[in-house]
Amino acid sequence: MIDLIGLIVAIPLVVAGVNMLAGSRLASGPSSRRSRWNGWFATGAMTLAFVIAAGALLELLSLPAEERTRIVTVAEWIRAGAASVSLDLRVDPLSITMAMVVTGVGSLIHLYAIGYMEHDERPWRFFGYTNLFCAFMLVLVLANDFLLLYLGWEGVGLCSYLLIGYWSDRPDAARAAKKAFITTRIGDVLLMLGLFVMWVHFGSFEFDTVLGHEGVLPEVAAGTATAIALLLLGGAVGKSAQLPLHVWLPDAMAGPTPVSALIHAATMVTAGVYLVVRSHALFEVSEVALTVVAVVGLAGALYGGLASIGQYDMKRSLAYSTMSQLGFMFLAAGLGFYPVAISLLVAHACYKALLFLTSGNVMHGLHDEIDVRRLGGLRRDMPWTAALFAAGALSLSGLPPFSGFFTKDAILDLASHDGRTWAYVLGTIGALISAWYIARLFFTAFLGTQRYEGHAHEATPLMRAPLVALAIGGLFIGLWLAFTPEGRLATFLEPTLGPLEEGTAGPSTPVLIAISVVATLIGIAVAWSLYRPRNAERWISFPEREPGMAGVLGHAFYVDGMYAWVVGNVGLRGARALAWFDGAVIDGAVNGVGRLALGAARLAPIWQSGKVRRYALSFLAGGAALLLYAAVRV
Amino acid sequence: MRTPIAYFLLLSAILFAMGSASVLLRRNALRIFMGVELQLNAVNLSLVAFSRMHQELDGQILAFFSMVVAAAEVVVGLAIIVALVRRTSTTDVDQAGVLRG
Repeated sequence: MIDLIGLIVAIPLVVAGVNMLAGSRLASGPSSRRSRWNGWFATGAMTLAFVIAAGALLELLSLPAEERTRIVTVAEWIRAGAASVSLDLRVDPLSITMAMVVTGVGSLIHLYAIGYMEHDERPWRFFGYTNLFCAFMLVLVLANDFLLLYLGWEGVGLCSYLLIGYWSDRPDAARAAKKAFITTRIGDVLLMLGLFVMWVHFGSFEFDTVLGHEGVLPEVAAGTATAIALLLLGGAVGKSAQLPLHVWLPDAMAGPTPVSALIHAATMVTAGVYLVVRSHALFEVSEVALTVVAVVGLAGALYGGLASIGQYDMKRSLAYSTMSQLGFMFLAAGLGFYPVAISLLVAHACYKALLFLTSGNVMHGLHDEIDVRRLGGLRRDMPWTAALFAAGALSLSGLPPFSGFFTKDAILDLASHDGRTWAYVLGTIGALISAWYIARLFFTAFLGTQRYEGHAHEATPLMRAPLVALAIGGLFIGLWLAFTPEGRLATFLEPTLGPLEEGTAGPSTPVLIAISVVATLIGIAVAWSLYRPRNAERWISFPEREPGMAGVLGHAFYVDGMYAWVVGNVGLRGARALAWFDGAVIDGAVNGVGRLALGAARLAPIWQSGKVRRYALSFLAGGAALLLYAAVRV
Repeated sequence: MRTPIAYFLLLSAILFAMGSASVLLRRNALRIFMGVELQLNAVNLSLVAFSRMHQELDGQILAFFSMVVAAAEVVVGLAIIVALVRRTSTTDVDQAGVLRG
């Protein structure tokens, strides 16, 4: 199966092409039937990719741990002089874990989207884009060198743009798509610069050359490593919506909900975490960069959590929650707990996709209503959805024995044992906030009295089935991945990421577990006291009573507004000054040359008077001058 | 005793000056043309005078050539003047300024 790994990129790519080029013609009948046809086709491709990935995983597991890195050459890609880049796919524990997430969660989301997109006019476009996205994402995670990784990186960015703006007739979707593309572009440029520095220093993009292998660190000065690592981190920050390039993620929720679940929760936004974890050797050579990763992650975790509390739009709240969870992943990576970052990534992909898709159920059942102030009491009309959302919320909140506990709280536990008290304390506050915002969403949307009009119809069984699978995964995958004391996933990832070292500092593990459970319970209790059904009037009128506080949280500390001010004032003025300089100085110089020639040309015809006698005089004067010259010279 | 060359050259210079004045000051194309002829003949005179001084025939041969060319030139020049008169019904060269740049 490992030798067939190229197929898991090729199948979604080909099916995407077929769907986009011929999807409208391949099926006949009413639009809903056509939509099913396109959707099943795309889902089938993803499922096939999942089966191949699972086969490759099983084959990898049957090998001894040292031989679990296989490189499959597809073709030579670029040859320029002595330099050559080949199209290699790398199958190792890390990449196959990522491929399993992409294909597994991807298949379930595609299955869900068949029902969700049934009323869409042109579903072949949607499924074509999502399959194309999956193909690029698989290129990203399976690449054996940074150049191919970058190809996938830009490809998923493109698909993200296309899918956020999928409903291109809505101005907010079109704006959000542009915003997402431009903001992540800033990070992409930094990543590209990082690749340039890498090429200058190593003369290669291959992981084995750049990152060293079998525990040997790459031979590179700490300064160079810091430069490359920080530039790579810049790319990761843009893609994973961390401070300060996070502003695109909440707006990206203008896309269809399956897109939010697939791209902006489960897969693409985690590419940044993958990049940092994959190139951890460079970050380790430069201690500074690793600390920066941890600080950025911690700041994002707290910021995203606080901003999430202030949102009334369920999907925006979940988007900030995603940012916060990604922050925890960066924190784990920055502290050196790479396997834990990856296990949080896997668990988060399941439960956050689940949370997004349940909010998609709400939108599907209530004509796109998503504001919790106008929801409430949904558990009566949508018992399945309410139960599934509760499962997602439990997984995220970090109560044992669910996934959040074994992944997010494992980070805090390790941080404390490692003697990083600052990370532990702030991280625990972040965990408390996580429990708070997710419980808030559940209490406000699903409990209490009904604040919407009419009847919300429950999702169809076809849409519920993938959610049940995601709920089971979301609840228990953390437990499964961490079953043995060292962590099953951690052992599996050891050949790629090195051993997970556990310190002995600080309080013992049972104490830490007790603290984290209490913190989670406090978060839920705070949410209950503020948002329980009896308090509906109070929290709905909160912005009127406390406009300052509600504004700060609701607008996520006005970062967006600050950017708008900076770009709109300083940036615009700078641009105008440059435009003036361009017009007056640069164009002026070019036009000046032209004017000079024109002026000279206007002077010349003075001699061309048309008066014969003047010509005769010139002639005579010339002759006389010549004679005079001859006379003087002799 | 031979006439000194200076007399010939002086006469030639006077004739040339008269011709030049005629070319520069007159407006009538025919008069200008006559001025040109006068200039040519002034030059011919000095050629012949120098030829006599050096006791060689080169100058006289050149004067003959000059006369032949002048005759041909008269043909062309008069044709141009006739064409000019036909077109503008004037012989005033100042009126013929269509080639002004």
